[in-house]
Amino acid sequence: MFVRRMRASLRGWGGVGAMAVGCALALAFVLLLPLTQSRGEGGRGEGLGGPGLATGSPAKADDCTDSQAQNETWSPSGADGSTIDAIKARTGAKRKLIVGVDQNSYRWGYRNPNNSDAELEGFDIDLVHRIAQDILGDPNAVQFKAIPTSQRIPAIQDGRVDMVVRTMTINCDRLKDVAFSAPYFKTGQQVLAPKSSSITGYNGTLAHKKICTAAGSTAYAKLDADRKSGKLVASADISTTVPNQLDCLVRLQLGEVDAVVTDGALAASQAAQDPTVELKGAPFTTEYYGVAMKKDATDLVRRVNQILVEYRADGWQASYDKWLSATLGGDSAASKPAAPQYLRSS
Amino acid sequence: MTHPPTKSAAPPGAGTALPAQRTGSPAPEAAPPRRRSAFAEGVEQVRAAATTEPGRLRIIGAVLAVLIVAFGAVTAWQMTDRAAAADDVLHRSQPLSSGAADIYRSLADANTTASSGFLAGGQETAASRTRYETDVQTAAAKLVTAAANSEPGSPSEAAVAKLNKLLPEYEGLVERARVYNRQGYPVGGAYLRYANEKMQQEMLPAAEDLYTKENARLASDYSDATPYPWAAIVLGLLALAALAWAQLRHYRRTNRLLNHGLVAASAATVVTLLWLVVGHTVARSGLDGSYDHGVRSLNVLHDARIASLKARGNENLSLVARGAETVTVGGQTYDAYYYDFDKDMTALGKGLTEAAALAHGTAGGKPVVAAEGNMKVWKERHTAARTEDENGDYQAALDKVIGTKDATAECFDSVDTNLKSALAYEETEFKEQATDGRNAMSGLPIGAAMLGVAAASGALFGIGRRLSEYR
Repeated sequence: MFVRRMRASLRGWGGVGAMAVGCALALAFVLLLPLTQSRGEGGRGEGLGGPGLATGSPAKADDCTDSQAQNETWSPSGADGSTIDAIKARTGAKRKLIVGVDQNSYRWGYRNPNNSDAELEGFDIDLVHRIAQDILGDPNAVQFKAIPTSQRIPAIQDGRVDMVVRTMTINCDRLKDVAFSAPYFKTGQQVLAPKSSSITGYNGTLAHKKICTAAGSTAYAKLDADRKSGKLVASADISTTVPNQLDCLVRLQLGEVDAVVTDGALAASQAAQDPTVELKGAPFTTEYYGVAMKKDATDLVRRVNQILVEYRADGWQASYDKWLSATLGGDSAASKPAAPQYLRSS
Repeated sequence: MTHPPTKSAAPPGAGTALPAQRTGSPAPEAAPPRRRSAFAEGVEQVRAAATTEPGRLRIIGAVLAVLIVAFGAVTAWQMTDRAAAADDVLHRSQPLSSGAADIYRSLADANTTASSGFLAGGQETAASRTRYETDVQTAAAKLVTAAANSEPGSPSEAAVAKLNKLLPEYEGLVERARVYNRQGYPVGGAYLRYANEKMQQEMLPAAEDLYTKENARLASDYSDATPYPWAAIVLGLLALAALAWAQLRHYRRTNRLLNHGLVAASAATVVTLLWLVVGHTVARSGLDGSYDHGVRSLNVLHDARIASLKARGNENLSLVARGAETVTVGGQTYDAYYYDFDKDMTALGKGLTEAAALAHGTAGGKPVVAAEGNMKVWKERHTAARTEDENGDYQAALDKVIGTKDATAECFDSVDTNLKSALAYEETEFKEQATDGRNAMSGLPIGAAMLGVAAASGALFGIGRRLSEYR
């Protein structure tokens, strides 16, 4: 009796249980399926968004050609913007323009060891003082930071410096990361080697020679690309890279390398420090130096361009005569860039 | 006259069992092919001898002589080893370890001086030039000593050879830098950077390696000099026990209280054993003291001095590099040299605290406390200099670092001078204690050998007197 009743009640409960399980399953499907679906959609959505963003900047950079890169800048303007305001808002001893420079480029940005004070001097430094004079009203309101060649772009991106004035070539690759002013100097890469060397220029005589370049320089990029494309003999050894182009002169004098490739303007500075080396052959590229700033610092770029317009008319030649005529020759025509164009509008 | 009855078979029996084994053991070595018969023959002879009193006496005499001579020989051998190790601690490994620390210090100081010279401009002061020259000469001289004392093929020899090769290269680079600096060319600075790179990346690691190796050698010499000479002590006790038994037997057999020979032998053995135990204990405590109060303090002080040198080097280099090198730690960007400077100063602070604790209450503590004071001022002045640098007033920062008035240079020099006098104090302390330790062992090997021979002769003489009574 008892057992049968138990069975009956169990059978009854069994039906309820089966219904409950069915309900729970249905609920679970209803609740969980959309969740997994939405997750899948989210993943795909991100995947789509990524390339979309990534293609944005190359599309812009694709418009850039290296022969026209020096014109990828905004038109001059003396107006203040958010970047300039931030610089001017600095107070007390910190009211200074922070500029990344070189302290090793003879007659460009260097410290004369025989000067009693520790001031940097050179062609780049003159321009920095001019910019500080214009923005902060004091040519000496500058904090100089010495920066190795390879650190120029990271220093700007990290905000460690407001600008870099350091014999920096404008090219499309760099325009992806930073913005440049209009060009203030024109030069081209050249080979530097001992006078007694068999090397005659950027040609086959570089076979089996060790060539030194600065890490992160356009010279290294050019050599690397040319060697891959076959324009430079494959047996040339370009593995020696140093933090600063001047370190190449040290390696050359110690016999650790056979030749140096760097901008003609800097190569001439090296030759000026050692009468036994000379420039070999003609420049094999055209390079324009510009002031590099943060990519979005439009107001600062426009302001520097405005300063450069005035500087080219008054100041540039005097600075050239003072620092560079001794190494690059009295005629500055080859070094002064043509009147700039301003191709960027926004 | 109650003694003759105790003439039991047991003691001679026990006595014969021992010599049977002892006299038997050399036999197999003498004639290996006839081992069995020779051994058997020996045992037979001993057994035959043991049946008569003169035979037993001969055996006892031989056993006593062998035990005493063995004791003397083992004592001489073990103490020669320990005395030699103690001598090495005093005259070889500790001076070499200090020498290696001096090499490191001189090299690092030369490099720091050279970079200060660069910071000051083309015309170096006579003082900075002299300091550089002295450093280089010290390093060269200590390298010669280290080379003369390193075993061929050892790792320290390799480190010394490397430093010997690099030092002239380094000097050449610095000389070139000087020439170019005088001409006003920045390539001089490039040479100095190259020299600094060679120093930081090749020479200082090699010097540090040498220092570590020499310190390991010092530790191993200490552990060779201090363990108790257990073998000698056990043998000495055995010999004494045997002598006591022989005299007791003699007394029981003859009722004579003293046998002069055996008494002399016992006295000599006791003296040797006491000398061994007391001498070694004194030596051990001297050596342990020289380690605890000398070597440990010396190591801590050397490390602190090296940390202060590194800090000074980084302080100078941060101004030479002018913000060129940065490190990112935990999302924040720091000047690489200032970051290292802070680490070095922390190490220096720790080292000075430890040195002060070790030298607490001694005359050596004074300069350490003074150095701690200098370090505090150094930190304050450095902060001021760094603020100037970060505000972009490079000249003011420079004046606060290498200037002649209230500059950090002064603090660094004071720290260095104080650490130098603390090191000199601990060096004297070490030498005194280690010399005491070593002296406690000197004479022990020869003395033990001579006393052993005397004791053995005494034993043989004493037994001989008894034997002669049977003729």
